[in-house]
Amino acid sequence: MGRIWSLFFLLVPILGTITIVAAPYYDHWLPKDVSAEGYQVDHLFNFILWITGIVFIGTEVALFWFMWKYDAEKNDQPAKYTHGSHHLEIVWTLLPAVTLLFMAIYQMNAWAEHKIKKPQVAPLAEVTARQFEWRIRYPGPDGKFDTPDDIYDVNLLVVPVDEVVLINLRSMDVLHSFFLPNLRVKQDALPGRVIPVWFRAVEQGDYDLVCAELCGWGHYKMKGRLRVVSREEYEAHLQKLSREQEATQ
Amino acid sequence: MSATVAEHGHVERTSSPVLEFLRTYVFSLDHKVIGIQFLFSTLFWLVIGGLLALGIRWQLAWPWTPLPVIGKLLFPAEGGQMPPEFYTMLFTMHASIMIFFVVIPILAGAFGNFLIPLMIGAEDMAFPVLNMLSYWVMWPAFICMIASFFVEGGAAAAGWTAYPPLSAVEAAAPASGAGQTLWLWGVIFVGISSMLGSVNYMTTIIQMRAPGMTLFRMPMTIWGMFITAILQAFALPVLTAALFMLVLDRTLGTGFFVPEGVIINNAQAGAGGGQPLLWQHLFWFYSHPAVYIMILPAMGMVSDIVSTFSRKPLFGYKPMVFAIAGIAGLGFIVWGHHMFMSGMNPYLGLTFMLSTIMIALPSAVKTFNWLATIWGGRIQFTAAMLFALGFVSMFIIGGLSGIFMAATPVDIMIHDTYYIVAHFHYVLFGGTMLAVFGGIHYWFPKMFGRMMNEFWGKVHFVLTFIFLNGVFYPMHLVGAAGFPRRLADPYHYEAFAHLLPINQFMTISAILLGLSQLIFFGNLFYSLFWGPRVGRNPWKANSLEWSAPSPPGHGNFDFQPIVYRGPYEYSSPEVDEDYYPQVQPPPEKAKVAEQPAD
Repeated sequence: MGRIWSLFFLLVPILGTITIVAAPYYDHWLPKDVSAEGYQVDHLFNFILWITGIVFIGTEVALFWFMWKYDAEKNDQPAKYTHGSHHLEIVWTLLPAVTLLFMAIYQMNAWAEHKIKKPQVAPLAEVTARQFEWRIRYPGPDGKFDTPDDIYDVNLLVVPVDEVVLINLRSMDVLHSFFLPNLRVKQDALPGRVIPVWFRAVEQGDYDLVCAELCGWGHYKMKGRLRVVSREEYEAHLQKLSREQEATQ
Repeated sequence: MSATVAEHGHVERTSSPVLEFLRTYVFSLDHKVIGIQFLFSTLFWLVIGGLLALGIRWQLAWPWTPLPVIGKLLFPAEGGQMPPEFYTMLFTMHASIMIFFVVIPILAGAFGNFLIPLMIGAEDMAFPVLNMLSYWVMWPAFICMIASFFVEGGAAAAGWTAYPPLSAVEAAAPASGAGQTLWLWGVIFVGISSMLGSVNYMTTIIQMRAPGMTLFRMPMTIWGMFITAILQAFALPVLTAALFMLVLDRTLGTGFFVPEGVIINNAQAGAGGGQPLLWQHLFWFYSHPAVYIMILPAMGMVSDIVSTFSRKPLFGYKPMVFAIAGIAGLGFIVWGHHMFMSGMNPYLGLTFMLSTIMIALPSAVKTFNWLATIWGGRIQFTAAMLFALGFVSMFIIGGLSGIFMAATPVDIMIHDTYYIVAHFHYVLFGGTMLAVFGGIHYWFPKMFGRMMNEFWGKVHFVLTFIFLNGVFYPMHLVGAAGFPRRLADPYHYEAFAHLLPINQFMTISAILLGLSQLIFFGNLFYSLFWGPRVGRNPWKANSLEWSAPSPPGHGNFDFQPIVYRGPYEYSSPEVDEDYYPQVQPPPEKAKVAEQPAD
C-alpha cells in the first residue's frame, strides 16, 4: 500500500505544475497588462513563481520519494537512529535566508515606483468612492478643483493614453478599493484621506474598474470603467461633458 | 464515551445522581472532559461553518439561481434566490465561525486541554476551575452568534475583519444592525475564553511537569501549545480593547474609528474624529499572531505523528523548537502586510514586507525537518500518518503562496483576490484541518479507549485530499486573474466573466468535500460506541500520554511518571523494540528501581 500512497502524493506536484503551466493558455492567469509600469509586478510575480515552483517541486518530490523508499512494508533496512544534522540545518537555514533576503531587496524598487515616487504632475481627476459608485471629477480648463468649471461624471474615468495620470482618491463613506486589474493598480480609498494613485496606460480601450474592498451589500455592483483614449479624444470628451453640464444647469 | 469515562471518573463521590452527572460531564473540572467538550462543540460548528461555505460556493457557481432545498424557505420573497446582503453575511459568518469557533478552540481548547497534562505527566491543569470556565465562557459567544442570525437585519455582514466605518456605522450596512454588535460581543467572549485557557496552559506547562520532564524533553505538540498560549496572552488584550472601542462606536457613538465627514444616504454619519486605519492596526496586531495560533499547535501535532509512524526520532528537535519560537516572535511584527493597500505610509509597507518575507524562513526549516524525519524511517501508513503527510504536502503550497503576497508589488495585483483565499485555505484547511483529522485518529484511542476504523479513515483522507485541492487549487488561478473576494456576482465585470466554469468546478468539488466529511462523522460516532477497545499504547509511541490508561482516569496516571529521555527515541539502539517510552527506566536504572525505594 505504501507504494500506492506515495504515488498518490506524487500527483500533487504533477497536477499542480501542469495546472499552473496550462493556466495562461486558457486565460486563467494574470490578465493583459496595458500599463507602462505593470510589467514590474508581473516580472516579480513570475520571478517568485520560478523560485517557489522549484522549491514546490523539489520538496513534494522528496516527500514522494521518501514515502516510496522508506515504506515499512518494503524497506528491510532498520530506521536510521539520528536526531538531526547541524550541517544540514545550517545549509537549509542559510540558503533560504539568502534567497528570501535577495527577494526582499530586489522588489523594493518596484514598490517605490508604484507607491512612493509620486509623479510631479497635476492631478488629472479626483475619484470619490461611495456606496456603490465611483464619482469622477475633472478640474476643468483652469486645472483647479473646487472651481465652477469642474467637470463631473459617474463610473466612467477617461484618461489619455501614454501619459502619466495622477488621481486623487477619496471616499465619502466606508472603505473602498480602486482596482484596475489590467493596469496592476490597487489602492484602498479611505474616508477623511486623499490618497494619490498613478499609472500610465499604453493601450487604448475600455477596462474594468473594480471595487476590491468590501463596502456593503452592493459591493459586487460597484463597477466602473476606465476608458483610455488619445489626447484629442480625451479633450473632446471633457468638452462634451462640460457642455452637457452647462445645458442642465 | 460516557461508559468509559464513568469507569474511571469520580464515581466515589456521594451525592444525588443528577448533581453527579452534572459534575462529571457538564461542569467537569477534569481537563479531559473539558477537552472533549471543546472537541464536540467545535465539530458541531465545523458543520455549520461548512454549510455556510457551501452557500457561498453556490452563489459563485450559479449566481442568482434559487438555492436548492432551503432557498424557498429562506427567501420566499425572492423566489428562493439569495439576496446580495445574505451573501455578504454568509462569508462574514463562515470566516468568523471557522476561525473563532472551530480552528482556534479545536487546537487550544480540545487538543490543548486534553493533551497538555497528559503529555507533561501532570494530574490536571494548574487551575481546573478556570479551565472549566474557559469552556463555559464559549457559550455566551455561541449564543451571541446564533442569536445574531435571527435579529432584524441578520447576522454581521462586514467581513470577519469588521473594518469600520462599515462595521461601525449602522446606516452603512442596513442589513446588519444588532447582528454586528452581537458579533462583537461574541468575539469578546471567545477572547475571554482563550485568555483563561492561555494563562492556564502557560502555568501548567511551566509548573506541573513530571520529574525529569525538562523543557527540551517536551513533545512538539506541547511546544506548539505553549508558544500559542504566550501569543494569545500578549495579543488578545489588544483585540479586546479594539472590540470594546468598536462596540462603543456602535452603541454610544464614540467615534474611535469613524473620521469626520462620512456621508451616508446624504446624511452625516458617525461621531467623527476617528481613524479607520487604527482599527486595522489593532485588529491585525491580534489577528496576525492568531494565524500562527491556528497553525503552531497543528505543526506540533504533525511532528509527533510523523515521528511516531516513521519509527524514527524527530529530525532537528531543537531547530524545530526554535523555528516555532521564531515564527511566534516574528509573528508580532508582520501584521502590516494585511494593510499594504490600505493607505498606510508606503515606507512602512517596506518594513513589514521585510519581516514578512523573513517569516518564511522558520516555516521552511520546519518543512525540511519533517521531510528529513521520514527520510530513512520505516513508514507506517496509518490514517493519522496520511493526514500528517497530507499536512506537510499542503503546507508547502500554503507556505510558498504566502511569499507572493509578502512581496508588496505583487500584492498590488493579488490583494483581496481569490489568490489570498487560496493561500489561507491551504494553510487552514490543507494544513490545520488535516492535522486535526490526523490528531483525532491518533489520540482517539487515548480519549475514548477505542480505535477509529482505519479503512474508513483512509477513505476519508483520500476523498478529502482530492476535493480540497479541487476547491482551493483553482483559486490560485482565478486569483492571479484578479478575481476579487467578497463579490456576490463578479461575472458582470468583463475581466471575470470567463471564470464562471472554473468556479462551478470548485463548487462541485466543495459539495463533494462536504459530503466526504460524512464518512468522518460516521466513523467518529460509530467508533465512540463500537470501536475495538485498546490498551495503553496502540501505536507503540513514546510520549507520556501513552503510558496512562486508555482512557485515563481522574488524575491521569496510575503511577508517578518519571521522565528519562525525550519523546522521540524511536529505533534506539539501547532497546530491542523500536520505541523507548519516556517513562521506561534505562537498563542500569531499571536494576536500581527493582530495589525497594525508601
